[in-house]
Amino acid sequence: MKNENIDRRSFLKRFGLGVSAAGLTLAGCKSAGKKITSESSAGPQEPGEMTYRTNPTTGDKVSLLGYGCMRWPWKETKEGEKEEIDQEEVNRLIDHAIANGVNYFDTSPAYCRGFSESVTGIALSRHPRDKYFIATKLSNFSPKTWSREESLKMYNDSFKNLQVDHIDYLLLHGVGMGSDAMEEFRNRYIDNGILDFLMQEREKGKIRNLGFSYHGDIAVFDYLLANHDKYKWDFVQIQLNYLDWHHAKELNPRNTNAEYLYNELEKRNIPAVIMEPLLGGRLSNVPDHIVARLKEKEPDRSVASWAFRYAGNFPGVLTVLSGMTYMEHLEDNLLSYCPLKPLSDEEVKFLYDTADLMVQYPTIACNDCKYCMPCPYGIDIPAILLHYNKCVNQGNIPQNKQHPDYARARKAFLIGYDRSVPKLRQANHCIACGQCEPHCPQNIKIPQRLHAIDDFVEKIKQDKEEVTA
Amino acid sequence: MLRKIRITFALIFFIGATLLFLDFTGTVHAYFGWIAKIQFLPAVFAVNVAVIVGLVALTLLFGRVYCSVICPLGVLQDIFAKFGKMSKKNRYSYSPALNIWRYTLFGVMIVAIILGIGSIVGVLAPYSAFGRIVHSLAGPVWMWANNLLAAYAERVESYAFYSREIWIKSIALFSTSVITLVTLAILAWRNGRTYCNSICPVGTFLGFLSRFSLYRPTIELAKCNSCGLCARNCKSACIDSKAHKIDYSRCVSCMDCIGKCHKNAIKYTYKREKVEVIGPAVETVNISKAQVNDSSRRNFLGLLAFVGGSALMDAAEKTVDGGLAVIEDKKIPNRNKHISPPGAKGHRNIASRCTGCQLCVTVCPNHVLRPSGNLENFMHPIASYERGYCRPECTKCSEVCPTGAIQKIDSAEKSSIQIGRAQWVKENCIPLTDGVSCGNCERHCPVGAIQMIASVAGDDESLKIPAVDTEKCIGCGACEHLCPSRPFSAIYVEGNERHRFV
Repeated sequence: MKNENIDRRSFLKRFGLGVSAAGLTLAGCKSAGKKITSESSAGPQEPGEMTYRTNPTTGDKVSLLGYGCMRWPWKETKEGEKEEIDQEEVNRLIDHAIANGVNYFDTSPAYCRGFSESVTGIALSRHPRDKYFIATKLSNFSPKTWSREESLKMYNDSFKNLQVDHIDYLLLHGVGMGSDAMEEFRNRYIDNGILDFLMQEREKGKIRNLGFSYHGDIAVFDYLLANHDKYKWDFVQIQLNYLDWHHAKELNPRNTNAEYLYNELEKRNIPAVIMEPLLGGRLSNVPDHIVARLKEKEPDRSVASWAFRYAGNFPGVLTVLSGMTYMEHLEDNLLSYCPLKPLSDEEVKFLYDTADLMVQYPTIACNDCKYCMPCPYGIDIPAILLHYNKCVNQGNIPQNKQHPDYARARKAFLIGYDRSVPKLRQANHCIACGQCEPHCPQNIKIPQRLHAIDDFVEKIKQDKEEVTA
Repeated sequence: MLRKIRITFALIFFIGATLLFLDFTGTVHAYFGWIAKIQFLPAVFAVNVAVIVGLVALTLLFGRVYCSVICPLGVLQDIFAKFGKMSKKNRYSYSPALNIWRYTLFGVMIVAIILGIGSIVGVLAPYSAFGRIVHSLAGPVWMWANNLLAAYAERVESYAFYSREIWIKSIALFSTSVITLVTLAILAWRNGRTYCNSICPVGTFLGFLSRFSLYRPTIELAKCNSCGLCARNCKSACIDSKAHKIDYSRCVSCMDCIGKCHKNAIKYTYKREKVEVIGPAVETVNISKAQVNDSSRRNFLGLLAFVGGSALMDAAEKTVDGGLAVIEDKKIPNRNKHISPPGAKGHRNIASRCTGCQLCVTVCPNHVLRPSGNLENFMHPIASYERGYCRPECTKCSEVCPTGAIQKIDSAEKSSIQIGRAQWVKENCIPLTDGVSCGNCERHCPVGAIQMIASVAGDDESLKIPAVDTEKCIGCGACEHLCPSRPFSAIYVEGNERHRFV
């Protein structure tokens, strides 16, 4: 969805330029009296000065827009396989970001099949070290890496891959995940002495800020904050956006509303780093009437811009991460934060009302983070869930055979399914082995969801029509 | 004038028939399906009395118009001959009929029909030869063009076209088609209708009748100056201009000679002699006498499927995010008996009636049907489930078959026809090899023939393995296709010799 969303975004942009250009020519042809200037076209807007936030402990001036390095663009081979990251494109993106004041780059040893750190390191090492802050994580999810040796190796590799001698922001990665989250947290960071080790590293200056990113079981979050005096968290990374503020728990009882998370941090004066401000594109790929609603307020700005302004609106937010795959993402986000135009109370209320409308759509909370991947049986889990979400938003989930739109929606769903997901990677091949489920930061019951989608596909396939997808 | 009418009709039939074999969506069939049904041999096998009587009557009235207009293979030869004529004009000459050839092959055909040896019939049948050529040689080009359109449609978010997988269904089919096409092209290029008058059994049969046709081209001796131009333009090589005689058993009533004659000496007119009518001999074929060799089938692709040993994709333990596991292609299991499509009633019916035209293979949307390469059912459709399975809502093959080899069924009937039975292969079953729960076969069985039972008897906590109720199983292959074990599934379908209702 992310890709399509951006394709569409960039497409609209280009289209807008085309139309305005066409408009100019046409106008030029027919009217001599009307004066038309280039200012009247919806041409590219120029970003101004970046908004910065100050880290209370180290005094770092951090750009409000942080670069998430989880969604770097891939090069496609002739067979359409994605085998390596497009380093040149990453360089271009990072250069443009730094030129426009972005100075916070968030990566992990697990991102992009493990390539993210080194690719990011290559691009950043071309810039002076004082131009950017590096955030990376100790991503020892796999039980294989729970031992002290393996975890230390992962930590040390980060320095090599990123080509740095100190890490500005280091996070315990995804605490609260797993079937027994507390137990898993202890296994990963306490019993092997890793957390103590990291605190020593902070003393030594190898780590300038120590924090954690949180998903899932609230007990771990509460425990870590309760022991703030001991650990002295310099920052905490949470998922925050205008949908999750009130609705996270309602959408999935295993999750917690962002309102609670943020307020807990603010109470203790811990700066918050925001992830998933756009929910992996779910807050920009929305049903038509929501698009209309947002566009009526700000016709010139993208749907996504609302989500970024919302996340940046909180004073306790240090930076807002966005995994920008395309230059168009970056350009659009720069417009939102250079500088941040704060939301009025009325506008915030308007976004909460919008969120109330959105939750009526039964989309699946997948943000395309790919933590569930690779599925050992070859299923493309995020692609399936995103196709389903796209169809929900576009009204292509045909339910009633009598409905006049049934045949069209059925065709759109089935043909679109084959286009988005190769047949052998579709939901009917899921055997429910369950390996994916504990990895999902959104706590989606993946096999259950895949089987429900498969049942739906089977049902509409059997309603005979001319499509055989 | 007559020639123009002939060419117009011939093109309509030819284009219609070509589209039939290209269109994988089955939509053209609604408009042109009748073209396949009025072909002579398919009508014989379908015991379609109306068509047979109609074609016999047509031939007795107007000569072998069938060969010039209705038969797409005949028209195809004319197209090749047209190119031949471009390089050299007035290129043909009279030659006596090759009676030994044509009567021998006709005899072979009759014997093959009586014995129910469909593979011989299939090789000789002109309509089927045409179908195979279009399906296997032009079909991929057509689909490739479709996929181009689909790629474009995808860009503009249109659902008008969708992409189709192109794969070589059978090397045997491909080579048979190439050999047929090359032979035909050479014969037609050099000598016009040699194939029709010396090889094609339908041509020979219609030739018997056309000797007595009421209307025919005749030479008016008074006007003829024996220039021989007619003979040099007769693609059937049947005008003996010196003797002023036409061999009507070989004349395909193409009307070319009429226009060529400068003296207007050839006319298409009512014949004056008394006509001796003979009845359609072919209707007496008794299909129930057909015999078929039911001995074990040789595996035509030569891919000996050694069943055993788990072969799962690389299930490396997950340490980083993203990426896709490699999926190994499925291989065809070694089936003791092949699977014939639902509606075919069984091996014997399909063996005795199928002419191997590939119409069913063309329309199969699930990539299940492909032509057999075995001698005893050469080019006949067989089912296999590596690329898809026989989906419950689809009855396409039964809708298009012109010969009655696959008889018309609806989806309700289909759900109760057993074409084979699923067999479990313990050595490949994922719960036993990988130690994870699965049940994908059970979840997708459309008739509920599979249930999951404890792998350790009496221990309900043990991982579950499938148990097939062969009284319920219909052999659709959903379980085989969706089984996660690769390249060989842990559950596969053995074909039924005779289909049965369950």
